[in-house]
Amino acid sequence: MGSPPHFYRFTGKILPWLSLLCTLLIAAGLWGGLVEAPADYQQGDSFRIIYVHVPSAWMSLFVYVVMAVCGAIGLIWHMKNAEIIAVSSAPIGASFTFLALVTGSLWGKPMWGSWWVWDARLTSELILLFLYLGVIGLYAAIEDKRTASRAVAILALVGLVNIPIIHYSVEWWNTLHQGPTVTKFDKPSIHVSMLIPLLLMAVGFKLFYLISVLIRARGELIERESNSNWVSELLEKR
Amino acid sequence: MTDRSLARAFSLLLRRDLVINFRQRSECVNPVLFFVIVVTLFALGTGADRALLLSMAPGVIWVAALLASMLSLESIFRSDFEDGSLEQLLLSAHPVTVLVLAKVTAHWLVTGLPLLLVAPLLCILLGLSDEGLKTLMLTLLIGTPILSLVGAIGVALTVGLRRGGVIISLLVLPLYIPVLIFGTSAVQMSVAGFPVNGQLSMLAALLALALALAPLPTAAALRMSLS
Repeated sequence: MGSPPHFYRFTGKILPWLSLLCTLLIAAGLWGGLVEAPADYQQGDSFRIIYVHVPSAWMSLFVYVVMAVCGAIGLIWHMKNAEIIAVSSAPIGASFTFLALVTGSLWGKPMWGSWWVWDARLTSELILLFLYLGVIGLYAAIEDKRTASRAVAILALVGLVNIPIIHYSVEWWNTLHQGPTVTKFDKPSIHVSMLIPLLLMAVGFKLFYLISVLIRARGELIERESNSNWVSELLEKR
Repeated sequence: MTDRSLARAFSLLLRRDLVINFRQRSECVNPVLFFVIVVTLFALGTGADRALLLSMAPGVIWVAALLASMLSLESIFRSDFEDGSLEQLLLSAHPVTVLVLAKVTAHWLVTGLPLLLVAPLLCILLGLSDEGLKTLMLTLLIGTPILSLVGAIGVALTVGLRRGGVIISLLVLPLYIPVLIFGTSAVQMSVAGFPVNGQLSMLAALLALALALAPLPTAAALRMSLS
């Protein structure tokens, strides 16, 4: 997997299969979640937003960890592909974080009566978005892309150490303030008919991330290696 | 290389940076002025309601301290980067982390410590009690070195860029949040008459963590910026 042309060919082969699997999973999850699952006895139909909200919130943190780990691999072993995966992950992770925030506030409006509450989880998610934007901004600001990906890797690692500190300090901050007037959506033991679609969606979202990061990485790879032989061979074949 | 030579390298670099800063005094005066002006602006912007100002005072002072320290960050490495002495420092036989620590210490003495000295003035302006002032000074004493240490990472990452100034704020401010939270809550609690040992211990723990860990990514980022 180390060599760029091999990476490009291999991912080109698996991408259609991944896309098929991802479409099936998300379709099944959506069907199960939006049609099959019964309405919640307290929240009615509004609870159905968790089928998008919860997987994207999970992904927002997962992608950051992937980004930092790939960045570290790139820093230590100078693996080009790991670097590229790390920098391609940032915009996708930021989108997941944004999606989690937006769906959360859509759900919060009917449930809590306001679009935004300074709840600890919401706040840490917002800060996570800022961390992602910092990574994206830094990558865009440095012209030499090899240097930029090393800078991004360092920043992502610093962020990874800081995320738990920020999360717990925000939680502490929230409890020091007067308690939120509406208590957090405390997850009741969720019924199986609601849980299975959620898990399907979670796996589907993971695959979706994999697909989009591979597509981005392939583009980035071609751009960086545009002067090499294998890219010009690829162009001639077209 | 003995311990003595390491300590000597640290103190020489510290003294050099202090001398340079002493000769360009505006570098250390500007952040302090900025600190005072921002706090004044808050008072002007929210009206002179004493109760409101008092309840906002810890947050306002801490946010102003965050911004002031962020604005002065660039001076840690910028001029050394431009005249090439940073390259010489990295080529020296001493570990870069120690040199980074010396430069950050010098930077804190020049830009962080003065914030402490004007804090009493701001407490008078915002009507903070003596108890609050004491805690504010303590939190600033423990907190501002963390800001310099963490900020150094951001500067080291962007020192090679022509317009690093804006991007630094994006990189560094989210990382400042824990310091802001514990600093502010300590002052608020002490004004309300509660013990603040917890917050102070957390700040001290953050300082220990930053002292131990922050020089490592800073050194790596400096190497990257100069490669």
